[in-house]
Amino acid sequence: MKDQQTVLYDAPGPRARRVTLIVSVIVVLAVVAGAYFLVYRPLDEQGQFSMDLWGPLIDPDNEVFSQVWARLRDGFVATLTAAALAIVSSLIFGTALAVLRIQLKALNKRKFSGLAAPAAIALRTLSWFLSIVSRFFVEIFRGLPVVITIFFVASALPELGVDLGDILWYLVIGLTLYNMVVIGEILRSGMEGLPGGQREAAEAMGLSSFQTTRMILLPQAFRIMLPALISQLVVVLKDTSLGFIISYEEVLRVSGQIIQALPEPNPIQVYAVVGAIYILVNYALSKLAEYVQRRLARGRKTAALPAEQPPAALAAEIEPAAKV
Amino acid sequence: MRITRMTAIAAAAVLTLGVAACGGDDDSGDAGSTDTGSKTFEAGTTMERLNKAQKIVIGTKFDQPGFGLKGLDGKPAGFDVEIGKIVADELGIPEDKIEYIETPSAVREEKIEKGEADIVVATYTINDKRKERIDFAGPYYVAGQNILVKADDTSITGPDSFKAGDKKVCSVQGSTPAANIEQYLANKGSQLVLFDVYTKCIDALNSGQVNAVTTDNVILLGFIARNEGKFKLAGENFTEEPYGIGLKKGDTAFRTFINDTLEKAYSDGRYEGAWKDTAGKFDDQVPTGPAVNRY
Amino acid sequence: MSVLVDHFDVFASGLWLTFQLCLLSAIGALILGTVAAVMRISPIPPLRWVGTAYVTVFRNCPLTIVWFFAAFGLPALGSNADFLRIPGLTSVFSRLGVDIPYFRFAIVALSVYTGAFVCEAIRSGINAVPTGQAEAARAIGLTFTQNLRHVVLPQAWKAAIVPLGSVIIAMIKNSALAGFFGLVGELSNSGVNLTSALGEPIIPVFIGVSIGFLIMTVPLGLLLDHLERRRAVAR
Repeated sequence: MKDQQTVLYDAPGPRARRVTLIVSVIVVLAVVAGAYFLVYRPLDEQGQFSMDLWGPLIDPDNEVFSQVWARLRDGFVATLTAAALAIVSSLIFGTALAVLRIQLKALNKRKFSGLAAPAAIALRTLSWFLSIVSRFFVEIFRGLPVVITIFFVASALPELGVDLGDILWYLVIGLTLYNMVVIGEILRSGMEGLPGGQREAAEAMGLSSFQTTRMILLPQAFRIMLPALISQLVVVLKDTSLGFIISYEEVLRVSGQIIQALPEPNPIQVYAVVGAIYILVNYALSKLAEYVQRRLARGRKTAALPAEQPPAALAAEIEPAAKV
Repeated sequence: MRITRMTAIAAAAVLTLGVAACGGDDDSGDAGSTDTGSKTFEAGTTMERLNKAQKIVIGTKFDQPGFGLKGLDGKPAGFDVEIGKIVADELGIPEDKIEYIETPSAVREEKIEKGEADIVVATYTINDKRKERIDFAGPYYVAGQNILVKADDTSITGPDSFKAGDKKVCSVQGSTPAANIEQYLANKGSQLVLFDVYTKCIDALNSGQVNAVTTDNVILLGFIARNEGKFKLAGENFTEEPYGIGLKKGDTAFRTFINDTLEKAYSDGRYEGAWKDTAGKFDDQVPTGPAVNRY
Repeated sequence: MSVLVDHFDVFASGLWLTFQLCLLSAIGALILGTVAAVMRISPIPPLRWVGTAYVTVFRNCPLTIVWFFAAFGLPALGSNADFLRIPGLTSVFSRLGVDIPYFRFAIVALSVYTGAFVCEAIRSGINAVPTGQAEAARAIGLTFTQNLRHVVLPQAWKAAIVPLGSVIIAMIKNSALAGFFGLVGELSNSGVNLTSALGEPIIPVFIGVSIGFLIMTVPLGLLLDHLERRRAVAR
């Protein structure tokens, strides 16, 4: 990115630098003026900056300060619990899904010529059927809004007689269904993007197809995909906030309750604080992803491997990973 | 002016907290709960089971000011909660042994059918459709749908004012009041706004995106009380919503017991006390306990 | 399943409204995202800061909170998003012009949120343009804006089209939240209304809602897969 920025324009001369400075000053002034007249003034006129509204959140001497924060803390703990459970189960099931799809693909190529004809046909039909089903599963849950998936899980499972007791589990299942598919696809394209020689070498050593996947392909795919996987963590953390729809008491729902319980309701203030915390945590996570990516790139260079671009097929897979 | 306002708010805060924190203590100080465990019930009844277990699960709303709202201390408070406490008390179960679970409108029947909640007290309107799945004790309160408008608004006088098609109204998604008001609207797309909670409707009314908010009168009275002088009701209630206590279908003995409890509470002042501590802060007119329906 | 037939009009009009919302928001997001991307690579430092701050905030904040500020923050600033009542458009998209502003707020929320991801997709596209291109353009004396307009952006668009498509698919899915922020009659809101107010069975209704979303997302996803494969072959 850095080099791209500099190649777009020449190193500024004295005149260009003067222009840049003037434009910079104008931009700063415009931003400050905009913030003052369009945001600060209207909010101030409505008394949105009064301590009656902010006190419970920022003034430790306020009577309800500790109660408000105790509840917010509970809310964040609930959010993190759901996010952690969802990411772990998405990783497990996503890996399983990726391995399954890779195996099925390999299986589909086999002719089973060593077996009797009916058995071979049966096996081929089965593997063909399974790959259709897994493809269908992927398309459905990748294409459905997470809100709908969560809502559906929470209302349909009890209807079908599956009762999980705690709402937490419905949220975790809903989030897992979506994220396992995304993670599965990230890993699958990571494995498919590896140089073909890896698989061939493993097979030449006499490893079975499953062993090849498990011991050779998967570890490398995980390594390449680590940054994308960390970005997915940000997505899960943000999506946990959808739990409010099925009344899971994560931080946004708790915020709603706090707002109603305060003598002077202050939604703008509470959501601003909660939003800021979200942004901080997620920003730290994405920085971590960038750091890991840099380290991986460096590691590869020192090992004198060709500093390859992520496989082309990946570009699309990383992107969905970077958002809800 | 500024100072008086601040003081008023501080006082209100202390009051709310005081009630939320001590509401329980006051009640457990009553004569009613001192004989915990000394009550005996006929063997095999729900009353006996609950009394023996010394535990009851009550389903209520966690986001309904005045009736069931989770306070800053994390405990639900409100009129529904107080009614639940009275029932628990009659069963010989102390207040700290009550477990509250949240029962939003959509899952109330389900929670009862599965036995996850022993009773549900959650602004639960009695109607025939629901009676197919569960039974109701009570009613213990009769609410009615009404319309909240800004204090200086004279153009809306009742639900019929929406027929002209230029007034916008707000309610809560999937609720009975939303379904009721729909039939008065000329064009849903340009007249109806739905949110997940009523406070958002109040914000929208405040900043002018909608002209009115409609739901049960008690909830609206709560908002009038909290925003002094800003809002008023636009007319008379135009529906009748008898609130009942939901329990498992077919448990007639338990239903009779709760109905008896309610009648007892009407006469010995506990009903009035429960009202005054909670929803009564919005509506100082203490309701007379409605006649229970022993169907 | 009869609910799907009985209430076909509800599903159809819900789908239509969701489609309108997505179309308008996609346009808004593309405009915002491109502007932000240009800002982030511009020679003016404060513009770069603004662009970076915008992307950082909206990529890391849950959409629910962004939407809350669109639906309740804008009114607090005294705006009903009337700037979206664009004369020609209001006659095609009738909801854009009604007094109830939540359709416009939904467009604001989705555009602003998605714009941050569009910006990142375009930036990844710009990164994919070989540096020699920009250098050559500079060598023949093109200025920064000319360089962007005639050399870098046209190529970047091509490289960014697949990531952009994924961003738009995600946006379509995110639009399902609109029903929880005051927009009546959109697809998911219609579903909730059918089940909780009219007491229709949950599973068929949600199958209907799901089909509605899949109609929009799956073909787009398949198209992207196709484009991606063609690109891979072309290399």
